[in-house]
Amino acid sequence: MAQTPSHEIKNTTCYMCACRCGIRVHLRDGEVRYIDGNPEHPINEGVICAKGASGIMKQHSPARLTQPLRRKAGAERGDGEFEPISWEETFEILAERLGQIRETDPKRFALFTGRDQMQALTGLFAKQFGTPNYAAHGGFCSVNMAAGMIYTIGGSFWEFGGPDLERSKLFVMIGTAEDHHSNPLKVAISKFKRQGGRFISINPVRTGYSAIADEWVPIRPGTDGALLLALIHEIINKGLYDRDFLVRYSNAGQLVNMDEDQDEFGMFLRTEDPPEEGCYDAQNQLWWDRKTGRAVPTHTRGADPFLLGEFKLDDGTRAKPAFQLLQDRVAEYTPEWAERVTGIPAEDIRRLAHEMGVTARDQRIELPIAWTDSWGVEHESVTGNPVSFHAMRGLAAHSNGFHTIRSLSILMSLLGTIDRPGGFRHKAPFPRPIPPCARTPKGPEGVQPGKPLDGMVLGWPASPDDLFVDDKGEPVRLDKAFSWEYPLAVHGMMHNAITNAWRGDPYPIDTLLIFMANMAWNSTMNTEEVRKMLNDKDDNGEYKIPFLVVADAFQSEMTAFADLVLPDTTYLERHDVMSMLDRPISEFTGPVDSVRIPVVPPKGECKPFQDVLIELGSRLKLPAFVNEKGDRKFRDYPDFVVNYETEPGSGIGFLAGWRGKGGEKSLRGEPNPNQWEMYAKNNCVFQYELPRSYQYMRNWNKGYLEWSQRNRITRYGEPVLIHLYSEVLMKFRAAAQGKGTTRKVPTHLAKRVETFFDPLPFYYDPLEHQSTDKHTYPLAAVTQRPMAMYHSWDSQNAWLRQIHAHNLLYVNARTARAAGIEDEDWIWAESPWGRVRCMAKYSEAVEPGTVWTWNAIGKAAGAWNLTPGANESRKGFLLNHLISEELPGHDGPISNSDPVTGQAAWYDVRVRIYKAEEGEPQETSPQFKPLKPYPGQSTRARVLNFFAGLGKR
Amino acid sequence: MTQLALVIDLNVCVGCHACVTSCKEWNTSGDAGPLVDQNPYDADPTGTFFNRVQSFEVGEYPNTETVHFPKSCLHCEEPPCVPVCPTGASYKRESDGIVLVDYDKCIGCKYCSWACPYGVREVDAERKVMTKCTLCVDRIYNEELPEWDRKPACVRACPTNARLYGDIHDPESVVSKAIREAGGYQLMPEWGTKPANHYLPRRKTQLTIREDEVERADNPLKIDSQLPKPGQDEPSLDDVTSW
Amino acid sequence: MHPAFSVIFLTTLIGAGQGLFLGLFGAEALSLLGVLPPPGSDFLALGSALALAFLVLGLVASFFHLGRPERAWRTATKWRTSWLSREVIVLPAFMGMVFLYGAAHAFGFNPPLGTLAGDIPILPTMVLGAIGALLAIVLYVTTAMIYACIKFLQEWHSPLTVVNYTVLGAANGFTLAAAYAAWAGVPLVPFMATVAIVLTVLGLGTRSASLMRNARIKSKSTLQTAIGVKHPKIQQKSQGFMGGSFNTREFFHHMSAAFLRGMKWIFLLGAFVIPAILLLVVLVTRVDPVNLLIAAFVIQYLGMVAERWFFFAQANHPQNIYYQSVA
Repeated sequence: MAQTPSHEIKNTTCYMCACRCGIRVHLRDGEVRYIDGNPEHPINEGVICAKGASGIMKQHSPARLTQPLRRKAGAERGDGEFEPISWEETFEILAERLGQIRETDPKRFALFTGRDQMQALTGLFAKQFGTPNYAAHGGFCSVNMAAGMIYTIGGSFWEFGGPDLERSKLFVMIGTAEDHHSNPLKVAISKFKRQGGRFISINPVRTGYSAIADEWVPIRPGTDGALLLALIHEIINKGLYDRDFLVRYSNAGQLVNMDEDQDEFGMFLRTEDPPEEGCYDAQNQLWWDRKTGRAVPTHTRGADPFLLGEFKLDDGTRAKPAFQLLQDRVAEYTPEWAERVTGIPAEDIRRLAHEMGVTARDQRIELPIAWTDSWGVEHESVTGNPVSFHAMRGLAAHSNGFHTIRSLSILMSLLGTIDRPGGFRHKAPFPRPIPPCARTPKGPEGVQPGKPLDGMVLGWPASPDDLFVDDKGEPVRLDKAFSWEYPLAVHGMMHNAITNAWRGDPYPIDTLLIFMANMAWNSTMNTEEVRKMLNDKDDNGEYKIPFLVVADAFQSEMTAFADLVLPDTTYLERHDVMSMLDRPISEFTGPVDSVRIPVVPPKGECKPFQDVLIELGSRLKLPAFVNEKGDRKFRDYPDFVVNYETEPGSGIGFLAGWRGKGGEKSLRGEPNPNQWEMYAKNNCVFQYELPRSYQYMRNWNKGYLEWSQRNRITRYGEPVLIHLYSEVLMKFRAAAQGKGTTRKVPTHLAKRVETFFDPLPFYYDPLEHQSTDKHTYPLAAVTQRPMAMYHSWDSQNAWLRQIHAHNLLYVNARTARAAGIEDEDWIWAESPWGRVRCMAKYSEAVEPGTVWTWNAIGKAAGAWNLTPGANESRKGFLLNHLISEELPGHDGPISNSDPVTGQAAWYDVRVRIYKAEEGEPQETSPQFKPLKPYPGQSTRARVLNFFAGLGKR
Repeated sequence: MTQLALVIDLNVCVGCHACVTSCKEWNTSGDAGPLVDQNPYDADPTGTFFNRVQSFEVGEYPNTETVHFPKSCLHCEEPPCVPVCPTGASYKRESDGIVLVDYDKCIGCKYCSWACPYGVREVDAERKVMTKCTLCVDRIYNEELPEWDRKPACVRACPTNARLYGDIHDPESVVSKAIREAGGYQLMPEWGTKPANHYLPRRKTQLTIREDEVERADNPLKIDSQLPKPGQDEPSLDDVTSW
Repeated sequence: MHPAFSVIFLTTLIGAGQGLFLGLFGAEALSLLGVLPPPGSDFLALGSALALAFLVLGLVASFFHLGRPERAWRTATKWRTSWLSREVIVLPAFMGMVFLYGAAHAFGFNPPLGTLAGDIPILPTMVLGAIGALLAIVLYVTTAMIYACIKFLQEWHSPLTVVNYTVLGAANGFTLAAAYAAWAGVPLVPFMATVAIVLTVLGLGTRSASLMRNARIKSKSTLQTAIGVKHPKIQQKSQGFMGGSFNTREFFHHMSAAFLRGMKWIFLLGAFVIPAILLLVVLVTRVDPVNLLIAAFVIQYLGMVAERWFFFAQANHPQNIYYQSVA
């Protein structure tokens, strides 16, 4: 047959994972024939991954939902017994129920979303509705990474920054699984290696990226903080830090009040000038000037502060520079100490520190780019120290992750690598002030019937006064984020939403709307119990969570529990925006945002979730979605994206490109009715390249900060000094110590807050390790996701599931043999919270105290419209059964989370393994009642002979 | 004579399977397709793929290397699969060295797969003919594709650019240079099949730091008086001897 | 390798058929020399039909091996390079000869075409038979060479493969011929049975030789050469898919080592020891040979099937190095 490559090629953005590569979708007679990477796209430069190239099979999956479904009267949740209903009826049901909630107690409606890319809209909807109970997946994903870094350097990894591998000489990847992120990192690592860069991977497991590292440093899970602190110890001890950088661009030289009797103990000493109100660090701290031998205001021209030493101010106040406190802190964290914690030989730790320090110091990069710093000093060139890092959930998903990531940020700062060539580089809209300016309401009065929320749904507390608690210090949010239990839970705590709602602690709710999150399976901890909670009834026979609405494109374990199922579209069927208001796809060189434009019509009655929200918002007459007369403002989501402005006339909307009436403006400007067409013509991407002098040192780059302020990316143009020492954390500690003028901590939490809100990073065993008998449960159990199943969404994909049909538990061969386990034996993995039966796989590429598996390959029987006999539910298993969402606390259960940020501590679980008995069934346990296909789903083909454009299956 | 081939750089392959599914995706709806999938939503899903990525562990903990290893037809210069074919369906093209199967001639006797030591031929269970990598012969000469796109789908896809493509008989080609400069090698050389595809081995970048490099004269600790010079009245050799 | 029953039946059935034909033609030839009593045209005609039946059954079995049997005609085109192609040419040629040979006897078409020295007449059946016998031998060789020529399958890549295919097929064919002679009441049983014993014992020797050879084979390919990594310890963790593929179905027998060992003893007993004993009993005692010889043939044939199963299963393809682990 004659082979034509396609009849039509349409550009859009991939969504097989959250990486957002540009794709070219080739259509033959209207059917997707081929999807390849768009070479014109900044994210992936033309490449594509295993998932992206399997998008066709997503379209044809029999797990697709095609019509709204209502749970059949009399059927139990979880049985998956549904009847189709019309969208009109669906909207009537929702509008009536939600309208009533909104008029009485809006917080009885909770909206939680998974790894969606529309948090700007979902967050807006929740805020407009007036409920505080909104969060996306961040809390159970990697909020520690965001919070730990943003509270230290004003930026973070992945969407908001990353390693400059183009110029780096030494790249250290720590706690990064095969994912986070995907193609851009693959592209960059390859180029980096080919130009002779040295790549070190620190990870309990060697797969994926770690496989091609020049050196693999195996580490015990949860101990990365100890390693990083020991590296800091060695780097300071040997004088391998970039002193000039620290002096000018961090608070290293700023004097901290050391008088323990004073309320101001632990705070920076400041000049007498009354501080201005504003969301930025006022530049009024003091240095101890080496030249004049006295305290001077920070960044005084000509002054050079001592970084080390102890000083006494004229009024007798004792003071130490922040850097001295850091040195004091890490004094005990010797490499020998860290060896005992991490399992990495002390000499290796020293060598790593020397490699980092010497490379940073001796291989300095100088670019002939003149720039001006925030203090008006002209620099003839941009310099950089070519050591870079990347980290992700391996550090984040532990209950000590926040301080671990603070340590990493500080290490990166000591090496002088923040927003400099060869080091870490920001991506717009970062850097932002520390912390960023968004705030939630500060108390229950922020939630009023019939009104939008008085504040942001998620925010960045700068002090205890920013917490979202009532007079008694009790949480206002269902998930208890921004309460004294988890003060900096900046991404919310979705992992506790269901348990809390079920228990009615802090209060019961009425309607839970879940979008694109599998909270009855791999997105929840304690899966078996949570499934029971979803189905649990009170004494009156009413469900404890009265109304459950699930929006998803696919039949999942979660949809089975829904009272109402809203069929979403796939990424090839919808408009989306990768917005500056959410997580754009910015490059180091400037802001970039992008869009998705449908390439095929929606299947069946599928409706994009955004259109559902806009319809609901209009019916509920939420102010952002209706005009003064209460009439609907936006036809649909594309119309909303074009015409919505953050405030009337603000010129800021969801998309930054081609604004202004004729598309002549960037970043800010009036709505442009042809904005979508202009994106379509430009590879679905808007890329703004900053002038070269604005591309580096942006925390303190006067030109950049003013540019950023002019374009309303930030409100303030003040420099963002690196917080080696965190006064923000100290404010919480002071409150816990009964000092200062801020809100006071409830007594039972005072000790907890005082301990964990340490202004300097410290190491502690993950909380679950502390409370678990390590002799009984000697192994750490962690997961990662294979690149070909990144983001765990594709067991319904006929091609991808051939690569990963089931998962095994990887065990170091020596560990396994010691437990009498043969390769591929059926075993039990047991934690204090439960046990699963699975298959063991010998490995030499895993630290002996660790077992691991691919996450979310195991499925419930019949889910995702696989047959109940599918490998996923027979041989594959879900480690989540072993992980609890709560730990026992002094005053009842407490979330299994980082005590600072509420980050779900997935990787803290401890297990033991033993051989399954002879005669036990050779299949995973627990098993669940198989799900049946829903109405409207296509039948499962026995054989696929896919050939696009022939209608042949 | 031209011999087109892939050179696979194990030094940068992260085992992402992009080449696997891109290949499947292109070829199932291409000249070589459709490529069947059996039990696509049932137990033990299995299908025809021209390219697979395998993983190996080399060495013992902690000195373990994890090697990701993509494998497809190697387009041997002495292809043992060709002469054994009773119908001539399996053939090697004079013009560019690509080894192909003519589906219209193939009787599905599987004999060619027996005569391939690399396990890169797969019978399509529905069409009952032998299938294999075509080096995307329907892409590389396809004039409907822009010139930059005339590469095998796996090469276009590979995020780490671990798959190089070109003429190994042209000493100036990117593949010939890579083979020369990075120590490219062939699989199972013991059989004399002369695979056209080559592999580039892992290469290590080491950094050796001498002890005297760690502390330099301009050590910042000196500025903060942490590495104080000894006082001039402290004892020294000058006090005890005169040589 | 995965033992495919289509190929097992093909090679064993035609092997027996070829052997039977060699027996028939040998008897006729020797009778002309006066060494043996004349077998009679009916015996030879019916025997040829029997041989042809085996050949046809074998051919039918072979079609089950093909994905596209309707294109089987194409297989004759590459006889210059492919032993499979050669077999495909020789098999029908041989079948044609057997048919003509049998037909000539059946229709009594046997006018002397001349005489050889010593007054031996040149009969058309002898010419056809001689060509047929030659083709039978060539067919043994081409069939065996299909396997023996593949250097990657070291267990097969040996002259012993050709010897075994020939000797074993002939042995089984002569046993069949003996049974047939006994059933037909033709006094050729001692001749056929003697040759059968000789061939069976010889086959035991040559097959044992190949067993001994194969036991000592050191695989030319290793994991090290397969992936080009020089390290003594390499383990595959993932073969790249989990639900199996052509490569895991075609090249593995998926049976235990014990099963394989069991099969070896079964074929050694069934193909050689038991039939040899039964044949010997027939030769040295006066019991009624018909049932014993039929039993000898059936047992030996089943032994041959087991032998052929083992022949495939024992062959270890180097591609298997790439398909060791599912994860």
